[in-house]
Amino acid sequence: MKPNADYREILQHTPFHEKLAPLSQVQSWSPWNGYQVARTYDTLAAEYFAVRSSCSVFDMTPMEKYRIKGPDAIAFLNRMVTRDVSNLKPGRVTYVVWCNDEGKTLDDGTIFHLGKDGYRLCAAHHQLDWLMTSSIGFDVSIEKETHDVAALSVQGPTSCSVLLEAGFAGLEELKPFGIMNFTVQGVDVMVSRTGFTGDLGYEVWMDPDHAITIFDAIYDVKERGLYDIKPIGLDALEMVRIEAGFILPGDDFVTAETAVRNGRERSPFELGLGWAVSFDKPYFTGRRALEKEADEPIKRRLVKLAIEGNKTPHDSFLYDGKNGKRIGTIKVTIWSPILKQNLAVADIEYQNGKEPAEIWAEIYYQKELEWKSIWAKCEISEKPFWSPPRRSKTPPDRF
Amino acid sequence: MTKNILIIGGGHNGLVCGAYLAKAGNKVTILEANDSVGGFLASHQFSDGYSVNGLAGVVHPLNPKIAKDLGIKAGGEPVDTISLGKDGRHLILGEDGVSGDKLSDKDKDAYRAFKKEFRNYAKALEPLTMNKPPRLKDMDTRDKFTLAKLGWKLRFGLGASSMREFLRVGGINIYDVLNEIIDDEQLKGAISFDAVLGHQMGPRTPTTVLTYLNRLRGETYGATSLAGANSAFEEAAAKAGVTIKTGAAVSKIVVENGKATGVVLEGGEEMNADIVVSNADAKTTFLDLVGAPELDAMFAKRISTTRTNGNVAKLHFALSALPNFNGLDADQLSNRLIVAPDMRYVEHAFNHSKYGEFSEKPILEITFPSLADISLAPEGHHVMAVSASFAPYNLKAGWDQNKSAFSHKVLSLIEDYAPGVSASVVADEILTPADIEQGFNVKGGHWHHGELTIDQSFMMRPIHGTAQYNTPIDGLFLCGAAAHPGGGVTGIPGHNAAERILSMKGGAS
Repeated sequence: MKPNADYREILQHTPFHEKLAPLSQVQSWSPWNGYQVARTYDTLAAEYFAVRSSCSVFDMTPMEKYRIKGPDAIAFLNRMVTRDVSNLKPGRVTYVVWCNDEGKTLDDGTIFHLGKDGYRLCAAHHQLDWLMTSSIGFDVSIEKETHDVAALSVQGPTSCSVLLEAGFAGLEELKPFGIMNFTVQGVDVMVSRTGFTGDLGYEVWMDPDHAITIFDAIYDVKERGLYDIKPIGLDALEMVRIEAGFILPGDDFVTAETAVRNGRERSPFELGLGWAVSFDKPYFTGRRALEKEADEPIKRRLVKLAIEGNKTPHDSFLYDGKNGKRIGTIKVTIWSPILKQNLAVADIEYQNGKEPAEIWAEIYYQKELEWKSIWAKCEISEKPFWSPPRRSKTPPDRF
Repeated sequence: MTKNILIIGGGHNGLVCGAYLAKAGNKVTILEANDSVGGFLASHQFSDGYSVNGLAGVVHPLNPKIAKDLGIKAGGEPVDTISLGKDGRHLILGEDGVSGDKLSDKDKDAYRAFKKEFRNYAKALEPLTMNKPPRLKDMDTRDKFTLAKLGWKLRFGLGASSMREFLRVGGINIYDVLNEIIDDEQLKGAISFDAVLGHQMGPRTPTTVLTYLNRLRGETYGATSLAGANSAFEEAAAKAGVTIKTGAAVSKIVVENGKATGVVLEGGEEMNADIVVSNADAKTTFLDLVGAPELDAMFAKRISTTRTNGNVAKLHFALSALPNFNGLDADQLSNRLIVAPDMRYVEHAFNHSKYGEFSEKPILEITFPSLADISLAPEGHHVMAVSASFAPYNLKAGWDQNKSAFSHKVLSLIEDYAPGVSASVVADEILTPADIEQGFNVKGGHWHHGELTIDQSFMMRPIHGTAQYNTPIDGLFLCGAAAHPGGGVTGIPGHNAAERILSMKGGAS
């Protein structure tokens, strides 16, 4: 691990900071896991369209990363997460979610099988406590490597073309959720075809000491006038992740570790992540509780909602009909520029285990300081709002 | 329907539980790792020709209901506790009264009143004892009944002023309570001794009132009742039709799809069962035999952090003659002798254990089992059994190098009260908590399979989530001291576990 940063710096700089900071036009920064990261660099719309139309780079170094090794590493992970990961092959990545004893969701993340180097677990929130707690009875070593691995997410339709130009020869063969290793400008670098955008994209992992070398190699493609590359911040990421149907623990629902009030925590079933729960595997934490829950009608669901009209349904209450019974609230919402629609993640109650026949949002909005309200009909989408064929096409189209 | 039930561990609770289950028509097999059943009550020869009747020095009388149900004759005579004074001034503490040189009438009255009041408190808590501790969430009818009975006993059994006093002292320490009512330092030391022996506590530790109440569950001790105790339990189990297999160490509880289906013995032999009952402590049961991978992570973590480090060493001395204690007649040696001259002494003895050291001046409980059972020693010779505290399981300096130093310390301390005793020692043995862990398969070598503190009692014993004898694993139950109400030769955990198994859906009902 690198020596700690100057104590006067409340937020650390990522290894890409010296390159990214000068690109910020608006100096809009946010704390993320102890680091200073950009909310936006210039304009949100431009950053958003970089993801959907060209190539974006996002500094994801602050993402929590843990290395798990040892003879019981996979057994340990399989006991921790709800999904069966016992068959995860070297060089592959899988999405996972994990629960506490009561079957309530603690966090979600991804597991990378790094071959002889063990496994990397990426998580939204700090998980070292839970990993240590879960390790009782397993022969594993657990190391936090958040600060020891720099990560850059390169996403968008031209991302493959950009990386090929930057020296990642052979990348076009990489399938979704696959891992490849490269040597670029003498630097060992790992690439996974993963991301939080629902689009074609890659995540590039490297030693922080060589982060600038790799960043320059990629950004040089833009300097050479070949493809546009735009850095994006957290705000654009929020838009694309909602379009892609990814949930964000802590934002869309209260994680079991942080929930204070009774009934605030959510099970994977209630988050719509039932597909990531397997009862066809050895015991895992929360299984008994989840098996019991699976036998009973589901009480509530986190759903993807499309809301009609153009009024922003911020924090709106949801009803089972116009002026009907209140059944939930909207957690996060965006206007999708590419779909021309209001999209949201909402938490709604199910009656007798059934999805409500109708869902209406009561939207309050302002016109020159005067408040008005309207009703807007909502539709649940089980599929991601945005999932273009290029997301999984291998090899990706060249531009 | 007859169920095939395996019980792991042939200590007395396993025997009691097995007897009840077999009487109800089940096929019960007890698997005992050692060569004889009995656990802490198993006879044990420590030197050629010299034996003791188990690790326990003195016992409570067996619960009358259990004795009656299983046809066990509650043997033994009640004994007094004699607090030894260096100058030969001894106090004799009986069930109701105390006597001794220069003991004021005020203190004698105070002791009587104290015992009466505290026995009432212990009685008020009785509804909790013979029942499974009620759950706080999702109570069944039985739980509600238990709580109602407890509430009734506290309010109307004790009466308003006694209940108020109980609520005042229930959570505090015995040191403050005794200083309020008694003047004599030696008397206070003797009472506080019973509040801390076997616990990682000094008289000033909060909740020592509660541990004292626990001792009052049955007041009279009988060194004599030990003699036949073990065989009585074994006979009761055999009479009920229990099969006992000794030398059968269990290495694993087999769990399939969340249900216990049997055990694997150390030799590799597999035994199937409809129900598995563990008389082992909670850490052994869940972490060693079931294994953390079969459990929820936080459950395993909570089990792993229960406090189970013992702090009492058991010493056995083979003597060529009965020692002479200053100021005591030979016939008084059949009582229970203690060394706890005052509360400060006891507190200082405890202080060392906090830092991983054994007491500079330990507190002692001394008995002469050979007075009750002459077969324990060659004719004219005797056996002296000593429970010495504090002797922490995790001795900082390591037990291997320091066992004899502690043994020597204990003997020279007894020498202060019984000059010449050392010269009559022909053989000795010391069992530190580490030795007790090894020999009896009890984690930490703890008397009670875990501290009997308020956070590890009632609906939190051994931890919440498995405090009603059933466990998160279907078909796996606890029946030992790790379960409510804890250690001591009471048979109550075994009795309560059997009741639970016989009444619970998924049990043997």
